[in-house]
Amino acid sequence: MTGNVSGTFRVKRGLAEMMKGGVIMDVVTPEQARIAEDAGACAVMALERVPADIRRDGGVARMSDPEMIEGIKSAVSIPVMAKARIGHFVEAQILQSLGVDFVDESEVLTPADETHHIDKFGFDVPFVCGATNLGEALRRISEGAAMIRSKGEAGTGNIVEAVRHLRNIIGDMRKITQADSAELFEWAKRLQAPLPLVQEIAETGWLPVPLFCAGGIATPADAALAMQLGAEAVFVGSGIFKSDDPAPRAKAIVEATTHFRDPEILAKVSRGLGAPMTGIGMDEINQRYAERGW
Amino acid sequence: MNAVERSKVTVGVLALQGAFSAHEHALRRVGVSTRQVRLPRDLNGVDGLAMPGGESTTMSQLLESSGLFGEISRRIESGMHVLGTCAGVILLARTILDGRADQKSFGALPITVRRNAYGRQIDSFETNLDVAGLSEPFTAVFIRAPIIESLDGDVEVLASHDSQPVVVAHGNVVGVTFHPELTDDSRLHGLFVNRIINSLETNRR
Repeated sequence: MTGNVSGTFRVKRGLAEMMKGGVIMDVVTPEQARIAEDAGACAVMALERVPADIRRDGGVARMSDPEMIEGIKSAVSIPVMAKARIGHFVEAQILQSLGVDFVDESEVLTPADETHHIDKFGFDVPFVCGATNLGEALRRISEGAAMIRSKGEAGTGNIVEAVRHLRNIIGDMRKITQADSAELFEWAKRLQAPLPLVQEIAETGWLPVPLFCAGGIATPADAALAMQLGAEAVFVGSGIFKSDDPAPRAKAIVEATTHFRDPEILAKVSRGLGAPMTGIGMDEINQRYAERGW
Repeated sequence: MNAVERSKVTVGVLALQGAFSAHEHALRRVGVSTRQVRLPRDLNGVDGLAMPGGESTTMSQLLESSGLFGEISRRIESGMHVLGTCAGVILLARTILDGRADQKSFGALPITVRRNAYGRQIDSFETNLDVAGLSEPFTAVFIRAPIIESLDGDVEVLASHDSQPVVVAHGNVVGVTFHPELTDDSRLHGLFVNRIINSLETNRR
C-alpha cells in the first residue's frame, strides 16, 4: 500500500462532494436507519434523540452511546455521521475511532467549550460545522471543516432560520465577487475571517467546501426551497421521524431535493404525505441553538 | 476526415445525486458542453453520459422513479458512450457484491464490484497511478471506493492499484473506481471525450 495517503483535505472534502444533491437524515434506531436508506438517503446522522426531543427534554445533550452508533453503522451501507459537542475533541476522537464517516460538530448538543471549536485538521475523519453567516462559515473552514451547513433552528420544523442563514452566507459571497481587491481586506475584517479565504471566494464565487442546508426542513417544498436558494444538499433532522408517516415523507424529500426546480414533480411528491411535524414558531422557543458557536 | 470539434460535443452528466457539478467542471475544462440529466428528456442530443460518484443506492432509486433507467439502458445498448466513476461503476457493473437486494444496475460492464470495499471514510485515500495513454501519473482520489474483484468478459484494464483494476473499458463504457473529477487534472475526462469523438467521426464516414 505504498504511496496511499489518507485524511488529506481533498479526501475529506471529497466525501462531502459525494453527498451533494442528497438528503442526510437523522435516525435514532437501526430500523429508522433502514427506512432512511430505503427512501434514498445519501447518509444518516446517528443520534440518541432528534433535536425536537432534545429541545423538549432539556438538560445537557452529549455524544450518543457508541453501542447505538455501532448498531446504526451495521444496519446500513450508506455513510454514517454522528455529532460531537462544540469544542469536545475527545468525543470527536471517539467517533473517529468508531469509524464514523463524518463528524458534525453540532450546536444541537450542549457546547463543551465556549471559546474554542475543535482543531479539525488534527483528524482523518471529515467534519461538518454549522454557520449562521459567512464569517462563521469561513472560521470553521479555517479550522478544517470539510463541509458547512446552515444552522437553521434544529427541532422546530420551521425553515425561517435556515433561509436567513443561507441568504446571509450566499448573499455576502455574491457581494464579495463584485468587490475590488482593496475592499477584500475590509470584508475579511468585517467577517472576522482569514483574508485568503475571502480572496478565494472573490475568485471562485463560492466556499472552498460544499454548503448544505440544515435546521427546520419538514416538507419536500422546504428542501426544494433550500436547494433553489443555493444549498447543495439538505439535512433533515426531526422533520421525517416526527411526522405522521416517515417512509413516504422521506422518499418525497429525496425526490424533491433532486428535482428541486421542477414544480410539477414537487406537486406530485407532496401529495398525501399525512401531517408533517407540528413545528414551532421562533417566538415560542426559549433556547436558540444557532446562538451556540461563534 | 471530418474532424469533430470538441465544442460541438455535449456530454450529459447524471445529476440525480452526487458529484455531478465537479464532473461538469472537468468536462468543460476539456472543451465540451455539458448538460445535467435528471429526466429522460434531458438525454436528447447528448453524445455521451457521465455517471458521477455519490450513493449508488440513492441513484438507483432515483433512476427508477425518474424513468431514466430504461432510457439510459436503451441508449447504452445502442452505443452511447458512458463514463462511470465510483458509484457510477457500481451502476454499470454486471455483478454487485455488498449492494442492496433491490439495487439497479445497467449491467453494461462485465465486471464484479464490491461496494465500500476499502472500508469506511477514514480508509479513503489518494495515490498516484500510471494510466495507459497518459504520459505522467494521475492523482487518484479514492472515497469509500468499490473494488473490481473480477473481470467477467472482454475488459481492457487501463490502470491498476495494488494489482486490482481501477480504470477499465469495455466497448462504449469506461469505468473508474476513483474520482478524477476531484482534482484539476482533466486528462481522464479528455480520454473519454476522445472516445466519443472517435465514434462520432467513424459514424460520419
